[in-house]
Amino acid sequence: MGRKLLIHNDHVPNIHTLDVYRAHGGYASVEKALKTMQPDQITDEVKKSGLRGRGGAGFPTGLKWSFLAKPEGVMRYLVCNADESEPGTFKDRYLMEKIPHALIEGMITSSYALGAKTSYIYIRGEYFYVARIVEAAIAEAYAAGWLGKNILGTDFSHDCYVQVGGGAYICGEETALLESLEGKRGNPRIKPPFPAVAGLWGCPTVVNNVETIAAVVPIVNMGGEEYAKIGVGKSTGTKLISASGHINKPGVYEIELGITVEDFIYSDEYCGGIRNGKKLKAVVAGGSSVPILPAELILKTAKGEPRLMTYESLADGGFQTGTMLGSGGFIAMDEDTSIVKNLFTFARFYHHESCGQCSPCREGTGWMEKILQKFLNGTANESDVELLWDIQSKIEGKTICPLGEAAAWPVAAAIRHFKQEFLDIARQKKFVDISHYDRLNLVRA
Amino acid sequence: MSSQVHGAQKFDEAKRAATVFSEEAMKTVQTIISHYPPEKIKSAMLPVLHVAQAEFGGWLSPETMDYVASILKVRPVEVFEVASFYTMYNLKPMGKCVLEVCQTSSCWLNGAEDIVKYIEKKLNIKVGETTKDGMFSLKVAECLGSCGTAPMLQCGASYHENLTYDKVDTLLENYRAEGKLRSYTDMDYKNTL
Repeated sequence: MGRKLLIHNDHVPNIHTLDVYRAHGGYASVEKALKTMQPDQITDEVKKSGLRGRGGAGFPTGLKWSFLAKPEGVMRYLVCNADESEPGTFKDRYLMEKIPHALIEGMITSSYALGAKTSYIYIRGEYFYVARIVEAAIAEAYAAGWLGKNILGTDFSHDCYVQVGGGAYICGEETALLESLEGKRGNPRIKPPFPAVAGLWGCPTVVNNVETIAAVVPIVNMGGEEYAKIGVGKSTGTKLISASGHINKPGVYEIELGITVEDFIYSDEYCGGIRNGKKLKAVVAGGSSVPILPAELILKTAKGEPRLMTYESLADGGFQTGTMLGSGGFIAMDEDTSIVKNLFTFARFYHHESCGQCSPCREGTGWMEKILQKFLNGTANESDVELLWDIQSKIEGKTICPLGEAAAWPVAAAIRHFKQEFLDIARQKKFVDISHYDRLNLVRA
Repeated sequence: MSSQVHGAQKFDEAKRAATVFSEEAMKTVQTIISHYPPEKIKSAMLPVLHVAQAEFGGWLSPETMDYVASILKVRPVEVFEVASFYTMYNLKPMGKCVLEVCQTSSCWLNGAEDIVKYIEKKLNIKVGETTKDGMFSLKVAECLGSCGTAPMLQCGASYHENLTYDKVDTLLENYRAEGKLRSYTDMDYKNTL
């Protein structure tokens, strides 16, 4: 069994309540931080821990914190990105729903480190009921003195609020999130300036993912160096993986970074293998945006080494033969899956979610969806494969925010690794969906 | 001005005057507004629109948007541009229960399409339509973060997961028996995680 630092208590009855959370060691990091540490010491521990942003980009958290501008007399904000919308990802929902105080504790400790008197947790609107759970936990924390004025009798005062979104994937991009938090459309901002300098209402702001903020708790408790001992190389600590698709045991798993992908898919501790005795065909390892890989490349790198669940190992080989850890949204597909159809659902998604600011993304995502629809209709030509490749290459790198890349990469990877599937449909002029999956599951009560 | 702002939508001044939050809803709105600095209350836009949608029949009419603009001290167009950007706000009347079936990757891999077809047949409506009795509207949604419990649908604040045809039958029966307007802001949500 690997070590768990975030959801180790998820089985404890009523762990969502303050009393039970406290009885299991909760809020120790706030006590340790406020009573025995200077704010900068906490940032140093986070730097030592090697913690990288768990939302998908994997940027070193301590470094991000150190960029925060601290002009005298200007408010600073911590904003938690709980707009979890990357297809295949549901780990933050799990964490907030099961152990909301883990996030709130992290918010307080992190805010102390950053000197933020106010913080916001921006939760996607569809998770309205999750927001209710987090709000109830915040109310408990206020009542017990963990939030509000002079926490633990110190000079540190802090307010934490929840804001719900309105249903827009783009608000997971940090500047779009800030726009949305300001009551506007979620159009990403041009950077620089980065939020660390001019974020919420023009004030210096750190935006971190739910899991990132929750990870600050064990880092402060055990010390950054101790945390960094878990994992491999620059992939330190534990990571929540949302596993879905054609596996026996879908769900949220906390892994030590560094286990093999094979172990993750096939061991009973995690996904428990592929459903119905089928063979694995492909995996999207880190949310819909990251390149899809065929089974042989997800299990072993092009050099023949076992692929590990780390930022570096999953990226080994670049986009030619590798992918990314991303958000940890792990979607496994069995041998009967149509890669073309799965790609269509992604293309439709990105078309729907493009904010419309940049023309390559606004026009390109819709165009790609239309072409992929032609494949499903059996009306596509062989030249449409080249056209798809051409369009995606003209979106990547040409937009204000990374939604452009997120829309382009899955298309590129599907063509790179499964071109024959596209060509077969185009040549036969028909699309046959052989996936049998659900018929079994759907009629079962 | 408002009628221009809202384009083709007909604006009714009398309806606008009658659009007022209940005392309870107003208290919620004031609490939301208190979360932001006094000069930044526009930030309350998204959550207040959710309250307004629940309060005024499950959609945002031009009159409702105008009312929200007056509370947040912004121009009506600032409300409309937000309401028209985010998918959770309905700009036309909907059924009491809006069924939103997730259709992205993992849900598709687990049969979301068949769930949509099943509901279409059962309710005798297509995606985007409302039943004649005004009880149900059917929508498809993009990834709702329930990939490990696919296929799923959302209705108001409730997540219905690991759907089977039987489960769909039961939940439709329950909603129909209840006959209530279902909103994202409901406190009596169901979830199966």
